[in-house]
Amino acid sequence: MHMADALISPAVGGTMWAVAAGLIAHAAHKVRQTARDNLVPMMGVLGAFVFAVQMLNFSIPGTGSSGHLGGGLLLTILLGPHAALLTMASILTVQALFFADGGLLALGCNIFNLGFFPAFVAYPLIYRPWTRGGHTGGRAWLGTIVAAVAGLLLGAFAVVVETKLSGISALPFATFAVLMLPIHLAIGLVEGLATASVVTFVVRARPEAIAAVRSAQSTAGLRPVLAGLAVAALLAGGVASWFASTHPDGLEWSNAKVTGKEELEVPASAIHERLGNVQEKTALLPDYDFRASEATATEEEAPRWPAVSMGTSVAGLVGSLITLALVVLLGLGLRSLPLRRASRQS
Amino acid sequence: MALAGWMEVGRMEELARLDTPVHRLDARAKLLTTLAFLVVVMSFPRHVVSGLVPFACYPLVLISLGRIPVRQIGRKILVAAPFAVVIGLFNPLFDRQPVMTLGTLVITGGWLSCFSILLRFVLTVGAALALVACTGMYRLGSGLVQLGVPRVFVMQLLFLHRYLFVVAEEGGKMVRAVAARSGGTRTVNRCVYGSLVGHLLLRSLDRAERVYRAMVARGFDGQMPQMQRPVWRATDLAFVAGWTAFFVLARAWNLAAELGRAFSGGGP
Repeated sequence: MHMADALISPAVGGTMWAVAAGLIAHAAHKVRQTARDNLVPMMGVLGAFVFAVQMLNFSIPGTGSSGHLGGGLLLTILLGPHAALLTMASILTVQALFFADGGLLALGCNIFNLGFFPAFVAYPLIYRPWTRGGHTGGRAWLGTIVAAVAGLLLGAFAVVVETKLSGISALPFATFAVLMLPIHLAIGLVEGLATASVVTFVVRARPEAIAAVRSAQSTAGLRPVLAGLAVAALLAGGVASWFASTHPDGLEWSNAKVTGKEELEVPASAIHERLGNVQEKTALLPDYDFRASEATATEEEAPRWPAVSMGTSVAGLVGSLITLALVVLLGLGLRSLPLRRASRQS
Repeated sequence: MALAGWMEVGRMEELARLDTPVHRLDARAKLLTTLAFLVVVMSFPRHVVSGLVPFACYPLVLISLGRIPVRQIGRKILVAAPFAVVIGLFNPLFDRQPVMTLGTLVITGGWLSCFSILLRFVLTVGAALALVACTGMYRLGSGLVQLGVPRVFVMQLLFLHRYLFVVAEEGGKMVRAVAARSGGTRTVNRCVYGSLVGHLLLRSLDRAERVYRAMVARGFDGQMPQMQRPVWRATDLAFVAGWTAFFVLARAWNLAAELGRAFSGGGP
C-alpha cells in the first residue's frame, strides 16, 4: 500500500510531508534524549532485518496462499514507538529511493500510513493495554493480531482519504474503500500472526534479547506525542491552505462529484489563470467545451465545437512526439560528450 | 523481493561512484531541484498529457550526463509500475466523458487521465532513481543533514543502507536452506516461520552488536565522520536556478503543444 507520486497532489503530499517531518523531529528528539548510542545501529539492523524478512513466506492454512511480515508492529514491540517510527521512515525512504516503491513526495503519506498508525495508535492503545507487558500466551497473540489489523486498516483508510483528496484518480471514495479495506483486513491478520510467532519465539529462545532492546527504548508517554501532532497539524493546516489558495484541485473535484457535474478544470486563482492562459488553449483539455453540451454526440456539436479544438489537440499530440524526440536526442548527445575532467583524473 | 533486488542496490552505489559533471554537483542542489521537479509535475491538472512531456528533459539529462544505464532505471520503473497502472486503469471506467476525437477515435477523459497518471509515474520515479544513481546514499545523507534533517534519522538511514547487504546475505542463506530441505519451495508453515524469522532476528542483533563494538573500537562517537565538507559552488546555484526556471516556464506554457502548432500549423 505504498502510495506513488503519480496519484497525489502537491497539496496532499506537502501536508503529509509536514506532518511526517514533525513526527520524525519529535521521534528523533526522543531517541536522542533517552538513547544509549547503540540504539541507532540497532535500529539500522532491525530496519535491514525487516527488508530481509520479506524474502521468507509462510503458508496460510487452508487458503493455498502465503504471507510475509510487514514489520511496523514488530519494530514497535522491539524498539518502542519513537525508534520504530524512525526505523519505518528510513525503510520507506530506502524503498522509495532504491526500489521505486512509493514516491518521494508521497513519502510523507507513506510514513504516516505505515509508521504512525502501528507505532502511535495500534501499539499504545491496543497492544500495550491488551498484553499488559507479557509477550506470550493467548492474550498476547490476540492483542498482537488485533493491533496489527487495526494499524493496517487505519493505514489503508488513510490511503483512500489521501488519494481522494488529491483527486488524480477518478475512483469514487466508497468503491476505493471497499476495494482496500477487506484486502488489508486479510493482510492485517497475516501480519499479526507472523508478528506474534516471531515475538513468541524470541521471548522463548532468548528473553534477554527483547529485554535488552526494550531497556534502550524511550518511555512512551502519549501526551508529548499528541502535542507534537497538534503542532504538526497546525503546520500542515498552514501549508495546506497556502497550497489550496493557488491550486484547488482536490476540493474542486469533490465539489464536482457532489453536484454530479463533470469537473470544469477552470483554474480559480489569478496567478493560475495568468500562467495557464496559453496552456488552457492548447493542452489536451477541451472539456471546457462540454459545459453546454454534456450528453450530446460529438458530431452534432461540430459547429459549436469548432475545429480549433481538434487542431490544438492534434498539435498537442504532434508537439509531444516532437518534444520527446528532441529530449531523447538531447540525452543521446549529452551521453556522447566526453567527460573532460573525469578523463583527466583517471 | 528476491535477493537480486539487493544486488541492484549495490549496483546503484557503484553508479554513484562515477565521476561525471552531474556526480560532481552538490547533493543539496540535486535534492532541491528534484523536489521542485516533483512538486511541479504533480501540480498539473489530471487530464494534462502534452504539457508533461517537456519534463522528461530533467531525468533524461541526469541519466545521460551521469552515464547511468537507461535499461537499469527502466527495469526498476517497470517493477514498481503495477500499483499505478491498476489505479490508472480505473479512470477510464469511471470517467467516460468524451473530450477529444482523433479521426473517428473518441477519447474519453478517463483514458486521458489514465495516460497522464502513467506519464507522471514514469517521470517522478525516473527522477528519484536518477537522483540516487548519480548522488549515492552517503552524499545524499550528508546533504540531508546540511538541509536540516535530524541527524539521528540520517544516521539511521545510512546504517540501514549499510546493514541491508549483511542481513540480506543471512536471509538469503536461510531461504536457500529452506529450499534445499523442502523441494524448492520458499513457503514454510507458520511455526517454522516463527523460528526461522526469530533466528534471523537474533543473528542480526548479534551481528549489529559486533559491528557496533568494532566501530566503537575504531573511534566511532555516534556521528558519521565526514571526509570532506561539500562546498556549494556557482555551478550548483546555476543548476538549481536553471532547472527551476525551466520548470516554471514549462508549467506556464505548454511547450509541446506550441511546438506542435509551429510544425503542423494547426490551431489559432
